[in-house]
Amino acid sequence: MQKVKQLIQYITSYIAQRRGPSRRPAGRRNNQSFFSVFLSSLKSDRLALIGVVLLVFFIFVGVFADSLAPHGPRDRHYHDEGGIKRLESPTWDHPFGTTDVGRDIFSQVILGTRTALIVGFLAAVLVTFVGTVVGIVSGYFGGMVDTVLMRIVDFFYAIPFIPFVIVLAAIMQPSLWNVILAVSMLSWRTVARIVRSQVLSISKRPYIKAAKVAGAGHLRIMFRYILPNVVPLVLLEMAFMVNWTIMAEASIAFLGFGDPRVTSWGQILHMNSVSGYSRVAWWWNVPPGVAIILLLVSIFFVARSLEAVVDPRLRKR
Amino acid sequence: MEHVLEVRNLHKDFHTKKGLLKAVNNISLYISRGETLGIVGESGCGKSTTGRAVLRLVEPTAGEVLFEGKSILELKPAQMRNMRRDMQIIFQDPFASLDPRISISEIIAEPLRVFNLYKKQGGERRVAELMDLVGLSKRLVNTFPHELDGGRRQRVGVARALALDPKFIVCDEPVSALDVSIQAQILNLLQDIQQRLGLTYMFISHDLNVVKHVSNRVAVMYLGKIVETTTSHNIFTNPQHPYTKALLSAIPIPKVGQKRQRILLEGDVPSPVNPPSGCIFSARCPYVMEKCRQQEPPMVEPAPEHTVSCYLVSDEMG
Repeated sequence: MQKVKQLIQYITSYIAQRRGPSRRPAGRRNNQSFFSVFLSSLKSDRLALIGVVLLVFFIFVGVFADSLAPHGPRDRHYHDEGGIKRLESPTWDHPFGTTDVGRDIFSQVILGTRTALIVGFLAAVLVTFVGTVVGIVSGYFGGMVDTVLMRIVDFFYAIPFIPFVIVLAAIMQPSLWNVILAVSMLSWRTVARIVRSQVLSISKRPYIKAAKVAGAGHLRIMFRYILPNVVPLVLLEMAFMVNWTIMAEASIAFLGFGDPRVTSWGQILHMNSVSGYSRVAWWWNVPPGVAIILLLVSIFFVARSLEAVVDPRLRKR
Repeated sequence: MEHVLEVRNLHKDFHTKKGLLKAVNNISLYISRGETLGIVGESGCGKSTTGRAVLRLVEPTAGEVLFEGKSILELKPAQMRNMRRDMQIIFQDPFASLDPRISISEIIAEPLRVFNLYKKQGGERRVAELMDLVGLSKRLVNTFPHELDGGRRQRVGVARALALDPKFIVCDEPVSALDVSIQAQILNLLQDIQQRLGLTYMFISHDLNVVKHVSNRVAVMYLGKIVETTTSHNIFTNPQHPYTKALLSAIPIPKVGQKRQRILLEGDVPSPVNPPSGCIFSARCPYVMEKCRQQEPPMVEPAPEHTVSCYLVSDEMG
């Protein structure tokens, strides 16, 4: 308990220290900071700029999905004469057309944006958190601790993704949280390995020895000295993880193992596929498909530019 | 005189792929209060490992380290942490020993924060005091290490070591990464601080001129062993061990036209994984005798404050 308190204290003091604008007078900031380099690289990197604009657009749609969606995702729409609007191609009332049971696809795609973003970011945060902690502990302590943790990582590397999700969905209720859990359980391994390799190099540097001589304990060394030096790498990994988790969620939902109560892009494609109209109703599967591609591409462009910040060799000269 | 630090039969082995590497092989030494013991030797002879083993930055394999009469090798981690307030280190490379992500005032304050002394000692004022002590201008408070030159960075390293008011500091090649023009500044700073605060130094260097400048006594190391210990004056005027003589003859003389007999050693330093039997210097010694290869010469004391491990000396003494 004491340790947990200490840990929280370190993390908050670290954040306060990084934030505190009062501590550093203007113009005396560390101009090597991660985000300032990223922002300046946006000026020259056209693709990254496109990525950021697209991403902001998606986040806007996701946040205000309830107000932007003209109809409920499960509402049936009828003609004035009373018949259901089955498989209607795009019109002004229904920009992306309707499904075989008369539901508005436009509304479904907008609501699916939110699902994709929630799953993407929550799972990515979870994955990077677990992966970073495991990576730092493993790399810093080395020896037995390292061996045991890395064998656990190897174990998780050996589990194939889709079968694992199918089994998990069979055992537990299909819900959005279980999807996030399943994706996270099989993704932290990558982050853990990458962070570990970076920590291996950092923890041998003289300033870590200096901290030890100053009397700093393991926790303080790990979170005050090592963590700040892996943060850029962790943020980059997180960006890639967002991409991967969104794709994983879409695959799971497409295969029908997602949460049936939550509208998502993968689920729209799933319904389209099981309805048997996937070859006829292009307006049914193209919009969610394009949405997935655009979101993934936008995040990829951002992540790619973050990578150039982390690794200066990738920067344009 | 009271011994601040005493090292008895210290060993440090590393397990390498080629076999057991004896980086520090049975070393004994002492340092009295207020004095500076210089440790010289060529690269890879175990100087730095000795300095680090004394602070338990690497755990010694065997032997005893007494700090003010207390054995520190048996201390539990928490007790050792407290001990660190009295024993500090200044590192060789001031570019690597400062965390690039922390401002220098925070680097200097860090030891105080670790021991919860920051508030008690008036935090910022104490940092300002330390910066003043090592000759860093106040306007540098919020700079980051990469904005400073080598000399100023090393001053930050010195200030950090002084933050906890230690009694003993290991200076691990503190000037060898610096420009010659700045070396003298830092050396003078170290001596000045030593006098003012009554510090005791273990000064590790490969540069005999530097060691001569700062040390009261000098220990010469070769392949993990101390071959000769004596006063700083003696080592230059009356070296006894052939290795010390060879080392001294390699110092360039800053005078035109003056020549000196160089003692050129043959071969390379033998691998510490597989050191020669008998005297460790036997493979390269110009005066090597048969018994040198068979048995290690004893440590003898031909004069007070002068110990040597060589048959040439011990035979002469009878």
